[in-house]
Amino acid sequence: MTPGEEGGGAGAVAATDRPQAAEERDPEVRATDARRIAVFGGVYSNWRALEAVVEDARRRGADELYCLGDLGAFGPNPDRIPPRLIDADVRTIRGNYDDSISRGLDDCQCGYTDPRDNHFARLSYRYTFRNTSERWREWMGTLPEQRRIEMAGREVLMCHGSPRRMNEFLWESTSSTQFLDWMAREHGADVVLCTHTGIHWKRRLSGGGWFANVGCIGRPPNDGRTDVWYTLLSTEGDGGEEPTSASSPGEREAPAGGNGGRDRSTGDGGDAALEVEFVPVSYDHEALAEEMRREELPEEFVETILTGWWTTCLEVLPAKERRRGRH
Amino acid sequence: MDEQDARPEGAGAPEVELEHLDTLWFQVTGTICNLECSHCFISCSPDNHTLEFLDLETVLDWVERSGEWGVKEFYVTGGEPFMHRDLAAMLEAMLQRGPASVLTNGTLMREKTLRRLATAHEESRYSLEIRVSIDGPNPEMNDPIRGEGTFERAMEGVRKLLDHGFLPIVTATQVWDQEEDEAVRREFMENLRAQGYENPRLKILPSIKTGREAARSRGYGEGERVTAAMMEGYEEEQLICSSARIVTSEGVHVCPILVDEPDSLMGQTMEEADEPFELKHQACYTCWLHGAICSNYGGIGEEVT
Repeated sequence: MTPGEEGGGAGAVAATDRPQAAEERDPEVRATDARRIAVFGGVYSNWRALEAVVEDARRRGADELYCLGDLGAFGPNPDRIPPRLIDADVRTIRGNYDDSISRGLDDCQCGYTDPRDNHFARLSYRYTFRNTSERWREWMGTLPEQRRIEMAGREVLMCHGSPRRMNEFLWESTSSTQFLDWMAREHGADVVLCTHTGIHWKRRLSGGGWFANVGCIGRPPNDGRTDVWYTLLSTEGDGGEEPTSASSPGEREAPAGGNGGRDRSTGDGGDAALEVEFVPVSYDHEALAEEMRREELPEEFVETILTGWWTTCLEVLPAKERRRGRH
Repeated sequence: MDEQDARPEGAGAPEVELEHLDTLWFQVTGTICNLECSHCFISCSPDNHTLEFLDLETVLDWVERSGEWGVKEFYVTGGEPFMHRDLAAMLEAMLQRGPASVLTNGTLMREKTLRRLATAHEESRYSLEIRVSIDGPNPEMNDPIRGEGTFERAMEGVRKLLDHGFLPIVTATQVWDQEEDEAVRREFMENLRAQGYENPRLKILPSIKTGREAARSRGYGEGERVTAAMMEGYEEEQLICSSARIVTSEGVHVCPILVDEPDSLMGQTMEEADEPFELKHQACYTCWLHGAICSNYGGIGEEVT
């Protein structure tokens, strides 16, 4: 989900609106020597957070950076995102929002039914579409839908919603471990990284791998704080340093997405070659809020940036995730 | 003449394969319900024994085996699930493995059961969703459908659920005219807020024009069927028969809507039920039209123009 995505209303989605089946797009595996990679999703036009995340990830020694899609929506001036991703050498995949924008669809292929959610989603989609230049629209269309790397002997699959569907919501409280095990097995991955929901969480798979939702950097994870979160995937023993960060260390232990902050548990029999770590990043959110107001984006979106609470597009939240928020 | 024969030539019913068993449903109280709603598509009532209660051992066995198939989540329905004395034990077992949802009329919310469910929910990493059916924002609209006094009783159920930390999804069948939709939604939200439900969750469903609802409404028109042509380019995952099966006292059926139809029973095991299903029933048309009507998200949305 992207906040402010336009729902398709009820009923069927036309053939041309449909992302390709996962089986048709499984990419080649690229072996990497990287000891640590940074992965984030849902930029939502938040270029200030993007700059802060890139800087933080570099400082923490990330050898490669990945973005799992949904570049636009919610925030101001979407054209500022692609050049920054390219300049920072971020390997980007296409999210459903980018897919819709690149193909000129009427909506984001998400399917809200609540009228209030749809109202804000429509405003946001139209703003983003209107302010995305032809050049970047075409570029989004060239982005791959998934990426696979081999890191420390483990196969890592990166996707937007899920390995089987670009627009599937995988929430922590509605994804059973047995289902995640099946999905990783079905798609031949030891580690699966996805985004799309905006709230990060991770699960140890029965075979010792990981399934992680890397969250989004476009807005806070509905936790009443203004930081945004990204994910580090590190080879074992490479995740212990505590570099000075722009973020306050005290906030690292904050509950977010149900897993708390830093969590490098690898003790399940010692067979884990990779560690998943969530990292909070502070950025000049007040300046972003001002820019959103200048662009006449809804005050409800501005409020989320300033308070850390989601105000719209809440209908898809399951009970536990909904209960943690204010609205 | 059966439904199949009534089709015009060349308009054969398409088949939908079970892509993956994401959702395992249980009809825990069969067709037995303390209410007798006039729009019930499987005509549940206190004495409709077409489908019987499932016993606890049967449910626990299916839940245990769900690991083999990678089931994502569990749904519990009836009849009225809260009539089952083992409901809490069933949900506790489910919440060990995955998320669970219960579809209830909200009139049998006992303190002891709710306390147990609240504890199970707190202790699980998974969500327990409780969906309370109320068919209108006031007794005048709801009670003629669901029975005298049921609006107040269901609202009391909502309050009790809130008191136990749940955020019930109030589920309404669209028994009003489409043009009243906005006003009905608004009144629903206002009345739920007045019960202390600050941010109400509301889901609106189309009616399924079978069972008692066929008599109450106009029923289905002859053209309201799914044809092969209608499936071209259609997202099959919108139909729950592509991702779910339901266990009843009779065996495994294709979906919760069709349990009254003899051909919905696919066998006694999941292996037998892992076969394509032909969308030849008119209720399939409602599902095709609205998509995802049985799951917690989706339903009748605002018309997007």
